[in-house]
Amino acid sequence: MSAEAVKKSDDAPSQEGRDWRGLLREITESSWIVVVLAVVASLVIGGLLIIFADPAVAEAARYFFARPMDTFAAAWEAVSSAYTAMFRGSIWNYSGDTFVQQFRPFTETLTMATPLIFAGLGLGIGFRAGLFNIGAQGQIIMGAMLGGWVGFAWHLPVGLHLLVAVVASMLGGALWGFIPGILKAKTGAHEVIVTIMLNYVAANLLAYALSTDAFQRPGSDNPQSPVVDTTAQYPLILGESYRLHLGFLLALAAAFGVWWLMERSTWGFRFRAVGANPRAARTAGMNVSFGIIAVMTIAGGLAGLAGSAQVLGTEKALTAGIAGSFGFDAITVALLGRSRPLGTVLAGILFGAFRASGPTLQVAAQLPVDIVLILQSLIVLFIAAPPLVRFLFRLPTPTNEKVVAA
Amino acid sequence: MKLELKGITKRFGTFTANDSIDLVVEPGKVHALLGENGAGKSTLMNVLFGLYVADEGEVLLDGKPADFDGPGDAMAAGIGMVHQHFMLVPPFTVAENVMLGHEQVKGAAKLLDLEAARAKVKEISDRFKFDVDPDAVIEDLPVGAQQRVEIIKALSRDAKILILDEPTAVLTPQETDELLSIVKDLRDAGTAVVLITHKLREVQAVADTITVIRRGKVVGTAEPTASQAELASLMVGRDVSMTVDKDEAKPGKVMLTVDDLSVVDEEGIARLKHVSFNVRAGEILAIAGVQGNGQTELAEALLGVVPTTAGTAMLDGEIITDKPIKDVLHSGMGFVPEDRTEDGLVASFTIANNLILDLHDKAPYAKGMALQPKVIAEEAEKHVEQFDVRTTSIEATASSLSGGNQQKVVLARELSRPLKLLIASQPTRGLDVGSIEFVHKRIIAERDGGAAVIIVSSELDEVLALADRIAVMYHGEIVGIVPPDTDRDTLGLMMAGAHEEEAA
Repeated sequence: MSAEAVKKSDDAPSQEGRDWRGLLREITESSWIVVVLAVVASLVIGGLLIIFADPAVAEAARYFFARPMDTFAAAWEAVSSAYTAMFRGSIWNYSGDTFVQQFRPFTETLTMATPLIFAGLGLGIGFRAGLFNIGAQGQIIMGAMLGGWVGFAWHLPVGLHLLVAVVASMLGGALWGFIPGILKAKTGAHEVIVTIMLNYVAANLLAYALSTDAFQRPGSDNPQSPVVDTTAQYPLILGESYRLHLGFLLALAAAFGVWWLMERSTWGFRFRAVGANPRAARTAGMNVSFGIIAVMTIAGGLAGLAGSAQVLGTEKALTAGIAGSFGFDAITVALLGRSRPLGTVLAGILFGAFRASGPTLQVAAQLPVDIVLILQSLIVLFIAAPPLVRFLFRLPTPTNEKVVAA
Repeated sequence: MKLELKGITKRFGTFTANDSIDLVVEPGKVHALLGENGAGKSTLMNVLFGLYVADEGEVLLDGKPADFDGPGDAMAAGIGMVHQHFMLVPPFTVAENVMLGHEQVKGAAKLLDLEAARAKVKEISDRFKFDVDPDAVIEDLPVGAQQRVEIIKALSRDAKILILDEPTAVLTPQETDELLSIVKDLRDAGTAVVLITHKLREVQAVADTITVIRRGKVVGTAEPTASQAELASLMVGRDVSMTVDKDEAKPGKVMLTVDDLSVVDEEGIARLKHVSFNVRAGEILAIAGVQGNGQTELAEALLGVVPTTAGTAMLDGEIITDKPIKDVLHSGMGFVPEDRTEDGLVASFTIANNLILDLHDKAPYAKGMALQPKVIAEEAEKHVEQFDVRTTSIEATASSLSGGNQQKVVLARELSRPLKLLIASQPTRGLDVGSIEFVHKRIIAERDGGAAVIIVSSELDEVLALADRIAVMYHGEIVGIVPPDTDRDTLGLMMAGAHEEEAA
């Protein structure tokens, strides 16, 4: 490698990457209170939107001046029924007849949270290392493709099959993280652009694969693969009544592993140093290029595991929509969790709850499921702008901002 | 115009930057505001200039209370300020910069009246013999001339009171002398000048009144006849030695050999041109020069941060150019970067972690891949104690430290392993007198311990205090290597490009 190429790659993050980096730093170092208030603020604004969208409120508002209390009652009814529906759909269905019915929503929340936690953990490592990886979607797809293929095309003994399939998923995702990593390290290509483009490549590769004999379910014209062998499926951990599978526990273990990696290992030390100040990291003899490649590969591997949770756990077969929008929601999850493992687990569960509550919201409260998307988007908006949250709630500016004195 | 500050108090959170400060500035006088970095001088002037609102106290102009709501008001009232970092638009001409902010227009089309601005620049420039061309583009001008443009800007708005914030930090000794004579001329023309500085020599040269500020308080006033030692002890609050005690150097074998080293930057501009020299064990080679003449590139090329385009450097018989930075550090080079906040520290990391930036994956700080938090903490406690880092905890972030204490952390890290060569760039920039003394002692101790030392400094006082030999750089070349007893004028001329023979 020529000296010039090295220089270029190390300058790249320090120049055009500076704005991203500053934003990432502001978010990953913002306080918990800001994160919690961002959720609160979006629930409040979400409530207002529900009021405006509700036909009963609109009806009562027509005679607002005659009987204003009617409008308020209708508004209260709309908001409370929406939020209780969300509660019933994601935590505890108190109107269910059996325990299974009552408890299932929470297990659904955890099931939905599993891929979000995996991918969010990977993205969080990247964010703390100063890399804005938008590529979890593609990495999940590649992980699901490779893991799913091992799951349905190979036939291995119990235990080994699952292990090989999970490792295959991880490798698939890791490859899709390695590519933008090495491109950035060696050529300075910006990871945001490269990962976005690789998302398209992965999605279309999957669509193509599902039309080939190797992947398409025999006797079917639909873009779906055969069901993966039961030997390659994550075991259900609460029995047949619930969809919750071993992948969730694996995600929790991964969270612990990421914590150790970032806080207790020499690698994590380097990743954090490169993210917080690449110039000082380089001056101290750290290999910034290697750090970038390693971080992207590890992040991809974790997103690949998210793909395994989908294809070997929840869905059990490869479909064109296997990754849903998990890869993008995981960005929010990682940001909301301030890129810390514990935060990511909690944020993943919150977003899992949002997803799980969708159907109930639609059926019971007759509200468009889009309200969940709006809530999610508002949360991102608020956490991306800590000063806005501080202004709304009249919080003092943090004292760690530079004291000007000379 | 007479300016009075009465009981000015300015707090940032719990930190009191200015504590009921009183100050009287008379017209036609130079009032020096002397204090260490962080003493609160700039804060005070920013209050005066309307950039900060004081929590308590008032500003009086000719006895009348003045309430400034931003720099615009201050300028309208006749206060001009030349900031440490110039507020000029680099691609604009001098006249355009001077006009900026109060543009005059002419005719029905409201075109900019550039003629009026040019005439004004010319008039002021001639009056004070500034020698500034109104049509010159700022980025083409040397720093000293840019500073004069700032002064013209202030005067063009009829400033009766001119505040100069650390004006000589970026100037060569000759430019400094020119500036000081300009200050005298302005004073004689009736302008009140407030000179903010921590350089004692300048204060003695031009000040009529001296007010010393320490930790946000006025701690005393002094006559310009006061000795440097008196002023320094007022400033620091205790007796400080103004000279560095050091024994004669006992140079040993050649430790570093630099041969024909060249650096070309990304734009293709040669920053370092065929530089050759050597440094022996047990001696300090100081590299003098005005900032931006290749010193930074030289230091960074030796470490390997900047790629070299030609030549070699050999450390104790081994070629280090084109080795990875990690290997260079481990072969015995200590590196104190010029910009400690950008290159020396990770601001958001704890002090303990900053102390192991380079050694984090070596025993005893790591076993395999696992960091050893206990060892890291113990070692950090030791270093903090040894290097007198003033902090509440080793878990405090580096950003919470003052500049002097940040520099002590960098030094503690770099000097905590056996060194063959120490390179320290601007080791005391922005440090208070007390910290400077400490840093200098440590550097000399390193020399006496047998390491070769390279000091890059744009402060001539520092170069003269530490050097066993002085190399002067100009435009990427070493114009000469001279003994430490070379006089200031000769060094000054060499810093402007004259070769040793011409300068002497």
